Amino acid sequence: MNINMTLLGQLIMFVIFVAVCMKYIWPPIVGALAARKQQIADGLAAAERGKHDLDLAAKRSAELLREAKEKAAEILAQGERLKIELLDQAKASAQEEAERIMVAARAEVGQEVSRARETLRNQVADLVVAGASKILQREVDAKAHADLLSALKQEL
Amino acid sequence: MTTETLTSTEYIKHHLQNLTCGFGDGGIHCAHSAEEAQEMGFWALNVDTIGMSLVLGLLFLFFFRSVAKKATAGVPSNAQNFVEWFIEFIDGSVRGSFSGRNPLIAPLALTVFVWVFLMNAMDLIPIDWVPGLATALGLSHFKAVPTTDVNAPIGMALGVFVLVLFYSFKIKGSVGFAKELSLQPFGKYGLPVNLVLELINLIAKPVSLALRLFGNMYAGEMVFILIALLPFYLQWVLSVPWALFHILIITLQAFIFMTLTIVYLDMAHQEHH
Repeated sequence: MNINMTLLGQLIMFVIFVAVCMKYIWPPIVGALAARKQQIADGLAAAERGKHDLDLAAKRSAELLREAKEKAAEILAQGERLKIELLDQAKASAQEEAERIMVAARAEVGQEVSRARETLRNQVADLVVAGASKILQREVDAKAHADLLSALKQEL
Repeated sequence: MTTETLTSTEYIKHHLQNLTCGFGDGGIHCAHSAEEAQEMGFWALNVDTIGMSLVLGLLFLFFFRSVAKKATAGVPSNAQNFVEWFIEFIDGSVRGSFSGRNPLIAPLALTVFVWVFLMNAMDLIPIDWVPGLATALGLSHFKAVPTTDVNAPIGMALGVFVLVLFYSFKIKGSVGFAKELSLQPFGKYGLPVNLVLELINLIAKPVSLALRLFGNMYAGEMVFILIALLPFYLQWVLSVPWALFHILIITLQAFIFMTLTIVYLDMAHQEHH
């Protein structure tokens, strides 16, 4: 157990080892650690950003959906309104048509009635003439009595 | 080594003797006994200590360098994972104890911890294997654990001490450092007392740093040597528990050496106590 130059040797080795460690070992490994840390931080930030984007997209899609629903409801309401309008129009025109037909029919009926009355009148006059001629037992001059007959017809 | 002719005393002495070589009469000459080594004085080298610590230090550098070269920020390999875990542990210790900013401290702490740990770990190799191998190679003595040679811890502590002095002067300036040594704890009227106390305090740092590590490892080694004196079929009863306990000690001593290095350098960086 004696102190000798070994301690100087040890000191020199110590200095060299520390220098080598400081220059060639520590920086690359610490650099890799720092780079990985940065990568992880970036990755986490990107994930956070992605999540944020997703949230935004979800919000936006919900909004779009709501808008679309509103628009659809609006379109439906408009359709409903249009339908009612069309129905009303159709009803009105149908009523008009019906009235017109009614008026025409009424006019026709009036004409028919007057025509029938005319016919009837003629037939009655004929009958009356026939009757009278039968009663008189003689030939009545139709022409002679035409005035009389037409006066009769007017009375009928 | 437990041959018939070897007594217990001789066995212990043999295990506590470094392979000390120096320049003898016209050539390199290695001591064959403790007395001979003593006579060589300061200008001799403990070849076993230097050799083992050099090999272990290079082992550390090559392993870490091979990982550092392939270090990637992507998915790390198992080796890189291990090294990163280690580096983060050291980095955490440095951040916890060192308040200043100095790119030297963390690599220094890493080197100190791993190197001291590896040197201490040689204690776990069965006590006779390395000396036995050395004897087979024709070497008279061989101590496998560099930290049980007082020169190794002193050499490292000296390095730390030089750094402490360097940063004390650099950060505080000569005047600031002188003030720190002379004006506390008793103020300017107790200047001589302050100076003595602070100088003792300063010198005690490297001495305690070196001797704590040396003492612990030397004692541990000693216990292993004593256990090795038992009959071989009984040795495991004591050597296994002691080796298990020693795993804790070698790690703890390496950690303490590293932490104290950081703390001393932190003190050197602080302007005021």
